[in-house]
Amino acid sequence: MDVVTVMLAGVGGQGTILAADVLAKVAVAQGLDVKLSEVHGMAQRGGAVDTVVRFGEKVYSPLTDPGRADHLVAFETIEAARRLQYLRPGGRLLVNSRVIQPLPVLIGVAEMPEELEARLDSEGAIFVDAEALACEAGSPKSANVVLLGALSTGLDFTEEAWREIISSRVPPKTVDVNLRAFELGRAACVEGECYG
Amino acid sequence: MSDTLMSGNEAVAHGAWEAGAVVGVGYPGTPSTETLEAFAKLPGIRAEWAPNEKVALEVAAGVSMGGARVLVTMKHVGVNVAADPLFTLAYTGVGGGIVILAADDPGMHSSQNEQDSRNWGPFAHVPVLEPSDSSEAREMTKAAFDISERFDVPVIVRSTTRISHSKGLVSSGERVGRDVIPYVSDPAKWLMLPSNARKRRSELDKRMRALAEFAEETTLNRIEGGDTSLGVVTSGVSYNYVREVLPSASVFKVGMSFPLPASKLARFAESVDRLVVVEEADPYLKTRLRSIGLEVEGIAIPTEGELTPGLVAQAFGLDTPLLREAISGLPPRPPLMCPGCPHRGVFHALRKIRAVVTGDIGCYTLGAMPPLSAMDSCVCMGASIGMTHGMHLAGGAEGRPIVAVIGDSTFAHSGITGLAHIAYNAGTGTVLVLDNRITAMTGHQGNPMMGRTLMGEQTVEIDVEKLCEALGVTRVRVVDPHDLAATEAAIREEIAADALSVVVAQSPCALLLKERNDAYSVDDEACTACGACSKIGCPAIGLEDSGKASIDVTLCVGCADCVQVCRFDAIETTGLACDIGGA
Repeated sequence: MDVVTVMLAGVGGQGTILAADVLAKVAVAQGLDVKLSEVHGMAQRGGAVDTVVRFGEKVYSPLTDPGRADHLVAFETIEAARRLQYLRPGGRLLVNSRVIQPLPVLIGVAEMPEELEARLDSEGAIFVDAEALACEAGSPKSANVVLLGALSTGLDFTEEAWREIISSRVPPKTVDVNLRAFELGRAACVEGECYG
Repeated sequence: MSDTLMSGNEAVAHGAWEAGAVVGVGYPGTPSTETLEAFAKLPGIRAEWAPNEKVALEVAAGVSMGGARVLVTMKHVGVNVAADPLFTLAYTGVGGGIVILAADDPGMHSSQNEQDSRNWGPFAHVPVLEPSDSSEAREMTKAAFDISERFDVPVIVRSTTRISHSKGLVSSGERVGRDVIPYVSDPAKWLMLPSNARKRRSELDKRMRALAEFAEETTLNRIEGGDTSLGVVTSGVSYNYVREVLPSASVFKVGMSFPLPASKLARFAESVDRLVVVEEADPYLKTRLRSIGLEVEGIAIPTEGELTPGLVAQAFGLDTPLLREAISGLPPRPPLMCPGCPHRGVFHALRKIRAVVTGDIGCYTLGAMPPLSAMDSCVCMGASIGMTHGMHLAGGAEGRPIVAVIGDSTFAHSGITGLAHIAYNAGTGTVLVLDNRITAMTGHQGNPMMGRTLMGEQTVEIDVEKLCEALGVTRVRVVDPHDLAATEAAIREEIAADALSVVVAQSPCALLLKERNDAYSVDDEACTACGACSKIGCPAIGLEDSGKASIDVTLCVGCADCVQVCRFDAIETTGLACDIGGA
């Protein structure tokens, strides 16, 4: 298979790193080669963060470039727009419909862009209300796993493979909540509907 | 053992463990930090955070002299701090092998400068290995221990952010049982009086010549034959980009960047029509290849920031992909202090006082960002204290007060000596030690100020008040930075005092708190839209279209900093404690 590139973009603290780790482990469990790249340290303190997961027969680069990602999973709407150029034309754009206002907006020195959802919609975005589904699953902290559920409908891994890795990767007490979150994300984004 | 996903840092730790290292020591610094944390979890070892990198390498020197293998970890700027022992350890050589992980941060994701640690090789006369992924990080760390002992020299394993913080598959192995070499007193080797050092200097040259021969034969450097019309010399993470972008090219993969295998490289150069170098950061390989007389073609590879596959493709004039139209006008999202961060109150006061703030390295450097905007400098670990004194020596700052701000771990790292300097030289000035009980920015590591070791043991903690007293600082006081009025008053008083003073602002990092207080909310009736609460830069406080404030209860941790700046009593507890805050 060709190398598949998934970019997960969000805000420091949203759980992009754990989500990327689950995706990477699912790919490993299928016998694929995997590279995952993330950034720690200062960038994580509420700043914009992105994580890249690439898998295939043989993967060299842990990084990707604009126009090269097959999937962009944005945990937040502004971050979807910020990383949009990384997604190749025809790639799949999943957006958590949540907006987290950056501090410059909160203190009134920068403005929110206009008609952001409409712009993303015209780029074929599939919107998922991950926080609402996560609450339904039992904890808003499982929003990242909701998004994995949504992502899973666009990848060739079995549901069982995902469930197994999620169960082993999240804190034991939260396994049930996270499996429900995964199902809800998956159901919100059934195949067919999801391809723009 | 089956293949598992490991970061480059974890792989270095595992490689060191497999090689029989019994001690790991270092100072946290992005992107190196997780290496020692991973090592600490492995059986049969001892791992220790040192106050700074110089101490770490000195401890390692002792472990080595005592006959055991030791791993030392630090970020690129940490090697500057450790350079003093490093250069002389090249002379003494080792007993047990010494391997130093130097993790560079091209693009400065979390650093104050870019440095290419390969340059330490020729500068300090130590071999440098450069893994390209996690798998090689493990293998090369193991190889580095063998090289260290075989050639009697410390070895640097050079990583970069995309090696340290990328994960890839690693097939790890078992630990090699290795006896500690019994100690035999050998001052001619370890005691670098000039008379001994001169002899060791000649020895060092001999060892370097032997290493250059080893470089010619080792499989760390390999040729991957291909189309001979293009030959690419590359190393580290750049190797991956070359393989991906130029799959048919002939590649000379440098695994040992110092010393380089001159003959092998010359043979490769002869075998190809065009010879180019693809490398990230400094033109290290290019310069050295040219210095041995090889004709390297110049291509447009950037020497600042990070390399990507796309930049390599561009340098070779390959097709660039079609891009979607960018969405412009997006607000930036800089990193910021967390809700409930104890540093916020200190910078709120410093901004009110209009202080000139010589800053330091840690989460609190974010006090420089709007709306707090209360920091004037940040240079290196510990610089805040020396610089505040220097500003006074230069005549001050147009009457504005000058204050040094330094975190607890940074103070232990290299702030104490700066304070000793001011006290000794009868200087005045105000030093704020922001003691949040942890080394926060790098992800919560222990330090000598907080009473817990990397192995999880309870231990002593530095008593800052007594320490300052012993240094000769007579005015020392502790404040709670969440008490904004008391914090401001204390800083004002100490600025006004004609003496050197230290204010310890002590409150734990907000991320350490296990339980949140109830969240606050804004009483819409009482709020006058004055904007005072938004000036403390809390990400939980937003503005409604009316200009009135609102608080995001999912983010608010109930620190009450905002309550204290509101003059209209418009911020009150909700009692919600947000069940939407989650587990």
